[in-house]
Formats: sequence, C-alpha cells, structure tokens
Amino acid sequence: MQRSNDLILKTTTTIIVFIIMGFSIYLFFAGHNAPGGGFIGGLMTSGALVLLYVSYGFKTMERVIRFDFKNFIPIGLLIAVLTGVGSFFFGQPFLSHTDAYFELPILGHTHLATAILFDLGVYFTVVGVTMTIILNIAADEGEEELSKQNM
Amino acid sequence: MTSLLSTVSTICIIVIAISTLFLLYRAIKGPSNPDRAVALDTIGINLMAIAGILAIKLETQYFNDIILLIGILAFIGTVAIAKFLEKGVIIERNRD
Repeated sequence: MQRSNDLILKTTTTIIVFIIMGFSIYLFFAGHNAPGGGFIGGLMTSGALVLLYVSYGFKTMERVIRFDFKNFIPIGLLIAVLTGVGSFFFGQPFLSHTDAYFELPILGHTHLATAILFDLGVYFTVVGVTMTIILNIAADEGEEELSKQNM
Repeated sequence: MTSLLSTVSTICIIVIAISTLFLLYRAIKGPSNPDRAVALDTIGINLMAIAGILAIKLETQYFNDIILLIGILAFIGTVAIAKFLEKGVIIERNRD
C-alpha cells in the first residue's frame, strides 16, 4: 500500500486542536453561570485528543503524550471524594460547598467557589474514561495487524 | 424583537429545514458512501444555522456555545469517516 501524505490534515489539526482545547477550558470554567461544566469540558478535551490520534497515529502520540489515560480515572475520583471529605474539617455535612469573593491581581473582583474542585474531578474522570474506551478499541485492531506483520 | 426579524427568522428556519430534508434524501439514497458522508456533514452545518436562528428567536446567548460545539463535532466526525473510507482504520498504529 502506498504511503499517503496528509499534509493538509496534519496542519489543520495542529491549529484546530488549540482552539478546541481553549474552548474546552472555557466550557469547564463557564459551568457555574452558563452552559458547560466538567462533563462537556472533558468530552471536548478528549475530542481534541482523538483528533490528534486520528491524524498522527499511535506511535507518534506515544512519544508526545507519555502518561497513561487510565491513571486519570482514579485521580479524578480521588479529587471528587476529597472535596467531599474536606467539608468534615469545618464541621459541615459531606459534600458541603462554599464560595467567597476575592481580589485577585489580574482578574480583579472574582467569585471563587469550591464546586470547581469537584468539577475538576468530573473533568479528569470523563477524559480518562473516554480516552481509555476509544484507545483500547482502536488498539485492538492495530495489535492484530502488528502481530500479522511479525509472523 | 421586531416583527420583521421574527418573520425573517421564521422563513429562514423553514428554508433550512427544506434544505435539510433534501440532504436527508441524499444521505438515504446516496449511491456511494462518500455521498452520505458529505450529506451528513452538511446536515451538521445546517444544524448550526438552525441553532443560530433559534438563538435569535428565543433571544438567548446560551446557544452560541452549542453552535461551536456542533461545528467541532461535525469536523471530527467527518475526518473520522473520511479516514475510515480511505484506509479502513480510523486510528493507525504507525504512520510515517
């Protein structure tokens, strides 16, 4: 089979992935007052990663992204549980959340809520689960092909 | 919202709906699979237009995120379908 040169796909991917990543981070932080939140932000991040995998293949991405996406699931669940347990230190029921107004140097008068830490756990779990499902299904076929080539 | 804007946006939604019906005909009837892929991609673009006009009609800003979302998903889906039609696999193990 002849080798294909996907120059247009690779170039557009490198530009579009930054836009999708920025949009996913925007959706993650917009979740408090507008549509968005951890779930859809995580799905958008995994969409950007899937686009990278589609246009560059496994071998290049294994050199670029060193960590395993399976580790994201326990990290996210641990963050979500710890935000619930953290309310015990202040004598409050499980999963109590609080918010306050701060004067930040660049952002100015900002409303910060601890609900964003729980959302961060949701974000990591969604990214981990989505990427684990997609990459395992895709890797099945590839490994079969690889063993056929070695035989 | 003025009555002129309301009338125009209603007409626009009807026209885009008719266009989507024709695209649906192409997606069902299309002789080859690339025809169906292009028809589905264009249905996604039409959905973006409908969401935009609906945001004007309902006088809300919250649909703007959804328009961008549909655009990104349509792009990723079309790239995946094109990759599958050309090479048989969507994510390859090794590509130089």
